Amino acid sequence: MSVSRLLFIAGLSAAVAAAAGLAAGVSAAQDHTAATLKPASDFEQITDKTARAVALFEEAGKVIQHPRCVNCHPAGDKPLQGMGMHPHQPPVARGEADIGMPGMMCGTCHGPANVDVVAQAETIKSIPGNPAWHLAPIEMAWEGRSLGQICEQIKDPARNGGKTLDEIVEHMAHDDLVGWGWDPGAGRESVPGTQEVFGELMRRWAADGAACPKA
Amino acid sequence: MTFQMITTTRRGFLQGAGLVIGIAVAPKAFAASVAQGVPAGGGSGLPQMNAFVKVGTDDTVTILSKHIEFGQGPFTGLATLVAEELDADWNQMRAVHSPADDKVYANLMFGMQGTGGSTAIANSYEQYRTAGATARAMLVAAAAEEWGVPAAEITVEKGRIRHAASGKESGFGALADKAAQQTPPTDPKLKDPKDFVLIGKDLPKLDTAEKSNGKAIYTLDVLADDMLFAVVAHADHFGATVKSFDDGEARKVQGVVDVKQVPQGVAVYADNTFAALKGRAALTVEWDLSKAETRSSSELEADFAKMVAEKGIDAVNKGDVGKAFSEPGVQSLEAEIVFPFLAHAPMEPLDAAFVMGDDGVLDVYTGAQFPGGDHMAAAQVLGLDASKVRLNTQLAGGSFGRRAQFGSPYMQEAAEVYKASGGKRPLKHMWTREDDIRGGFYRPMYLHRMKGAIDADGKVVAWDQTIVGQSIMGKASTELDDSSVEGAHTLPYAIGNLRVISHNVALTIPPLWWRSVGHTHTGFAVETFVDELLQKVGKDPVEGRLAMLTNEPRHTGTLKRVAEMADWGSAVPVGRERGVAVVKSFGTYVSQIVEVSRDEGGFPRVHKVWCAVDCGQPINPNVIAAQMEGGVGYGLGAVLFDEVTLGEGGKIVQSNFHDYRSIRINEMPHVEVAVIASTEKPTGVGEPGVPPIGPATANAWRRLTGTPVRRLPIVPGGVS
Amino acid sequence: MVSFTLNGTEKTFDGDPDTPLLWVIRDFEKLTGTKYGCGVAQCGACTVHLDGSPRRSCITPISMVEGSDVVTVEGISGAEADAVHKAWLALDVPQCGYCQSGQIMSAVALLQLTPKPSDEDIDGAMAGNICRCATYQRVRQAIKDAAGMMEG
Repeated sequence: MSVSRLLFIAGLSAAVAAAAGLAAGVSAAQDHTAATLKPASDFEQITDKTARAVALFEEAGKVIQHPRCVNCHPAGDKPLQGMGMHPHQPPVARGEADIGMPGMMCGTCHGPANVDVVAQAETIKSIPGNPAWHLAPIEMAWEGRSLGQICEQIKDPARNGGKTLDEIVEHMAHDDLVGWGWDPGAGRESVPGTQEVFGELMRRWAADGAACPKA
Repeated sequence: MTFQMITTTRRGFLQGAGLVIGIAVAPKAFAASVAQGVPAGGGSGLPQMNAFVKVGTDDTVTILSKHIEFGQGPFTGLATLVAEELDADWNQMRAVHSPADDKVYANLMFGMQGTGGSTAIANSYEQYRTAGATARAMLVAAAAEEWGVPAAEITVEKGRIRHAASGKESGFGALADKAAQQTPPTDPKLKDPKDFVLIGKDLPKLDTAEKSNGKAIYTLDVLADDMLFAVVAHADHFGATVKSFDDGEARKVQGVVDVKQVPQGVAVYADNTFAALKGRAALTVEWDLSKAETRSSSELEADFAKMVAEKGIDAVNKGDVGKAFSEPGVQSLEAEIVFPFLAHAPMEPLDAAFVMGDDGVLDVYTGAQFPGGDHMAAAQVLGLDASKVRLNTQLAGGSFGRRAQFGSPYMQEAAEVYKASGGKRPLKHMWTREDDIRGGFYRPMYLHRMKGAIDADGKVVAWDQTIVGQSIMGKASTELDDSSVEGAHTLPYAIGNLRVISHNVALTIPPLWWRSVGHTHTGFAVETFVDELLQKVGKDPVEGRLAMLTNEPRHTGTLKRVAEMADWGSAVPVGRERGVAVVKSFGTYVSQIVEVSRDEGGFPRVHKVWCAVDCGQPINPNVIAAQMEGGVGYGLGAVLFDEVTLGEGGKIVQSNFHDYRSIRINEMPHVEVAVIASTEKPTGVGEPGVPPIGPATANAWRRLTGTPVRRLPIVPGGVS
Repeated sequence: MVSFTLNGTEKTFDGDPDTPLLWVIRDFEKLTGTKYGCGVAQCGACTVHLDGSPRRSCITPISMVEGSDVVTVEGISGAEADAVHKAWLALDVPQCGYCQSGQIMSAVALLQLTPKPSDEDIDGAMAGNICRCATYQRVRQAIKDAAGMMEG
């Protein structure tokens, strides 16, 4: 199995996504309030820059450590599912390109957008989807790590996909797959706040020196 | 018995290649609106016939299977019986489902038509061979007449009829019409088993090709012009009924045609399946729970536990169990084992199609395990004379017991739905997977209290077992249901003092037999507990069992064979342990040895299963092996992962394969099967592969971890 | 209106765009080899090839299929499909048969991408296809046999 073949397939599914556009059968975006994610401005009264950066990252950690995010940053080869973070059913594995195994790729079930499931299990209201649906590479595994460890990991180009701090902030603030966390489809709890508020927390954290929590 | 030969002058049965098993497209003359569906008897519009074999002018030989084909192999098995005595060539054999008829097509062990209890081959062994022998005699008589030679000089081999002296030779087809005019022999002679040429051979199955290219027709695939599709909104509590419903939103769904209340819930009718589902999702139904089961599973279990102390029914009570336990030097062991409700979850959820034929007879298509019962239920609900309903058994996507129900409650629902539609259009009624998992008719929940006594010599001297659970056969609280205790009260081990007590619990949750019936739990309880007793006195699980199987040569035969296969006693890889179990069910003896390790999640991983089966005269060893492999997988999946539970207030918790797990390919052990050579009468293989796998696995697990399995499934919540 | 090809033939669908591909194939196009088993992408009985990749048709709204090529068990062809069919016959893989269309679609996809699959590859591709008859042992062997046929 060549990685290029898999990537070719991934490219195809992205093309399908583009063609589908505003596909019907796609979950309507839910109205999420920022009530449970404090805006960066709330941290301005912290005068110590390092302490403020740590506080900002801890707030952002409510998103980063949410099962919606960690489930696809597993420590092993298998994604997790649900708020209980149980192993994914059906059993799937990351494969060479983090998009599944040949014959059962992520795209075998996950399309370019969330899909509502109609009149089936009340515990499966939708199948999540995104044009870029895939697992975070193993070096970006977050499962089982403390927020401090994740913070150091995010800053380390060897473990963040070779990104600069600015690129990390940009990724967190605007990446579409990251944004899926705020629009995870019917029957799924979204991560707190909005991507905009989260992005601003990350931006200020970086601007304040990107200090990490101790644990 | 005699058999009528049906010739091609009777309507349209054998018209050529289009009528190959399972892919027949109904002739247009049958019912103009049926686009796809397999008529019973293989020929539409044919009168009900007392026939098991049809010989076509095209040289095909078609057997009418009185048993439903849902993977266990009766099409192939019954065709083998006929072909053997007919001296047919295997390539000319075909099979279709027979019409529904409780007399002509009775299961000779039931007295009515039905598939179950692993009886298809056992009850048909002589009947279908006789049918083949009868057909052969009539073909020979036709040849003798045609050629003017003595019948005694004619031979038949691989589908060719020959007269050596004159050099005459013919296939079956050319003589089929003439053969049908012959008088059937009154007592056709059957072959001596030593002369079998087909029975006992690995003949290819008749239905593999159609099941590998998408062409096999199941009930869900029955199509008709202008068909309505219906689903029913069901309650998620047992015993709940519709209090009220609002169908305003449902009726707005594009494609929804109608909404009606039926006794089982609220039916939504639409022009396609998805519209029906979308309409169902848009319904608001208020349920009346006043007569519903509102206890949770744990409350039920507590109530079961209380019943253990109450007076039950003695299934067996020999020797003096009480005295045996109080003898000096006796040590005892106790265990309580809890078994959950299990859904059958066949791949094809229950479904049925209704199409009015152009002859004014309503064609009902379904995977009928009790065709006569389904036929009557449909006729009764619809207020039709039985002659105005034709039941067409279709290939079914599994069953495992689910499609065999006294009173046919599923068919009652489907017929109510058709009736409420007004019958103006053909209709297909389908259950979703959720309807299936939540549909009840489960393997009941059981609680076993076990007590065993071992004397100073390490011999098991007393066995005291109490079983609490629903009676599948619906027996009253004072009446023994053998199916609750089978395998326990008939304990094969020679133990002088044996008592098995049964308590029948009445619940709103409907019970049903589930692949291997009582043996699903008695096999587990008996075989894990005997293993613990043997371990307690340091005896080898195989040797210890053999020592107690003093009067059971066929148990012993399979146990010795499986021990040889597994090289029992040889070194086991580090981190693994082995377990054994032997269970006789439905007249068939199966011993299994499993090799188990602990997986990364801390649960059992079964790597390998050795299986020895004695089912008497093997008809098709390859089919037997397949049934053992399948039985192992089906039983293992349930033991590891499956339970249907009632949550707080009695609401059913599970609903689909994500929380009612099926074993998957990555969890399937490699199964090696040995079929014991035998000339005993053949017995069934559909169920007997199931009972030993659970206890063998639990025994290996206990020896690996020191922890006995007291509650199923082994993996809590089914998610590992 | 959604346009797509089904087994090489151009099709259009102008019904409810939420309709899953499964029901378009079965109820509208009358191709019944593709089965319903769960409706939530748990069992794989509905597997088809969408633009050459395996896809669970039960959770694929037809709106997502615009411009795509759909191949069902009735239309699958090529060296891998031929080998899989032969191997399935030789081992008598199916029991009830209901899941087998999906098994075959997954197996063909696996072999197209991985001509010589290991046990791990087979688990990876096939674990999404439930068989309640548990024909898995024969599915595994048939895939290996099919791979051998293609090689030889």
